[in-house]
Amino acid sequence: METLYALSFGALLAAALYLLMSRQLLRMVLGLLLLGNAVNLAIFVAGRLSSITPPLVPEGALGMATSANPLPQALILTAIVISFSLVAYTVVLFERAHRALGTLDPDAMREAEPRAEAAP
Amino acid sequence: MTPHLLLTLPVAIPLATLALCALLQHRPALQRAISLLGSAGLLIASGLLLRAVLDGTVLATQFGRWAAPFGISFVADRFAAAMVVITGLMAVAVSVYALTSGAKERERAWFHPLYHGLLLGVTGAFLTGDIFNLYVWFEIMLIASFGLLVQGGTRAQLDAGVKYVVLNLLVTTLFLLGVGLLYGLTGTLNMADLSVALPLVPNQGLVGTLALLFLLAFGAKAAVFPLFFWLPAAYHTASAPVVAIFAALLTKVGVYAILRCFTLVFGGTLDFIGPIVGVLAALTMVTGVLGAAAHYDVRRILSFHIISQIGYMLVGLAVATPLAIAGALLYVLHHIVVKANLFLIAGAIRLAGGSYELKRIGGLHRSAPLLALLFVVPALSLAGLPPLSGFWAKFLVIRSSLEAGHVALAAVALVVGALTLYSMLKIWNEAFWKAPTELSLRAASEWRARGAARAALLLPIAALAGITLTIGLWTEPFVDFSILAAEQMLGREAYVQAVLGASASAAPLPMSLPEGGAP
Repeated sequence: METLYALSFGALLAAALYLLMSRQLLRMVLGLLLLGNAVNLAIFVAGRLSSITPPLVPEGALGMATSANPLPQALILTAIVISFSLVAYTVVLFERAHRALGTLDPDAMREAEPRAEAAP
Repeated sequence: MTPHLLLTLPVAIPLATLALCALLQHRPALQRAISLLGSAGLLIASGLLLRAVLDGTVLATQFGRWAAPFGISFVADRFAAAMVVITGLMAVAVSVYALTSGAKERERAWFHPLYHGLLLGVTGAFLTGDIFNLYVWFEIMLIASFGLLVQGGTRAQLDAGVKYVVLNLLVTTLFLLGVGLLYGLTGTLNMADLSVALPLVPNQGLVGTLALLFLLAFGAKAAVFPLFFWLPAAYHTASAPVVAIFAALLTKVGVYAILRCFTLVFGGTLDFIGPIVGVLAALTMVTGVLGAAAHYDVRRILSFHIISQIGYMLVGLAVATPLAIAGALLYVLHHIVVKANLFLIAGAIRLAGGSYELKRIGGLHRSAPLLALLFVVPALSLAGLPPLSGFWAKFLVIRSSLEAGHVALAAVALVVGALTLYSMLKIWNEAFWKAPTELSLRAASEWRARGAARAALLLPIAALAGITLTIGLWTEPFVDFSILAAEQMLGREAYVQAVLGASASAAPLPMSLPEGGAP
């Protein structure tokens, strides 16, 4: 099972990096989104895929022998919320940039760093 | 006050100020007052925290009464507390400065809530003792900085924003990946617990690989060669107070994370990380200073100098003797004050001279003599001339690298210092000394007409210059403090015991034998 997860992590990571290297802002957003999910998967596997029993201790008991590891789920939940808000912001920023600069190619955006910088 | 209160106030105050400022968005005068009060409150709270750790105690607290290492810990040793104090100081100085030119436009774009959000992320990152929590504070700091960077909504800012956002998101995601893998390796996220658990991991090769992943992530945050390019692409587009607080704090959080992680969490891997950091430090110093030499826009020159100065701080980690780490700490503290001040001065130069572009302005020594005088202090301190704070910081770094036999690093540091002086003199010659241009003459008459606004600009600049002079002329307490803080960091024992209780113990790092001594 771990192998399957590791392979999907690798595939997601490869796709994310491929998209991030493209010269199109929309693909880059998708790349960031995929990258976030790939990392979430990695955290999930790092917490070990031991059991599918929910980590809920039955009433009266002091503990339980095996359960799913709740900590990676808490981490991933936090990471999902953060990456959701940041990607939402990024989409808005890219849309504004597209309207203001008239291009989606980051290499063609030369407002902050003009191409022909006047040599002193 | 209880340790719990001392440790949470520097985070709670910016959070409360952020919330209040957001609620008062339509009451500008009240919002401004709350924002100033919040900054002053942060400074006071951080001062109390520093006083509590000055004698060498390490304060620690656990949130939600979850015993360490299961809950989230907040920890303050000398280094963390000093960083929080300097953050409070910058918060006050930039808040006062931000009351002036362009304040209305900034306030319409939610300056005050975002500003306190940034401070919240920064102080949280300094105080947390949990590596996943550090990631969360990084993201809080990032999203506030995203908002501040594109506040004006100009074409240049949107362009800069795109590059800044993508690179920073990519890098923090890599950091998160590192955190996940670290958890998989050790089963803990508490930094003190990690420092105990990591040396026991059987496969030390994996630990080294993870250390490199963290170096990559934090290095990009700190604008270390070769991942610095997002900084000069973005910083010069923001308004003067925004770029001043960015320059003071954002990259330094990266440096703090590097110093903290590689002395505490990855202390054992320092043997093989050290030489890599040394090469990166040298390349960072050189590329930064050469970039600055090539430019003629005040803000771009200063942006490139942030990069070159980050290199000096890394020299401390590469050498890793107590004196070298002390030099790095003093360098961080001195640099935050000087760099923020230079960006504030750059904003004043634009108002008094009419432009940021050095070719278009001149004659400011006559039209704004006080500003010229105040420029000299941080500019020469940045270049490292005695008797200013930069001299002592460079002295410690270079002396410790010579003592440890890193002659090449010391030589690079000296040459880069000379080149720094060159670009500071370039700003002096072009902006202040040469004959005034027509643009500057027009701007100068407006400058003289600004009464109270000019005072609000010059007051924080003068105060920060005063701090630079104080560190320079009355160095001993600051150097002593840095050496004690460095020994505390390399010793690790106090930090680990404060978090995990007296039973736990971490072996001190092999290079932490107190042999440095005061210069």
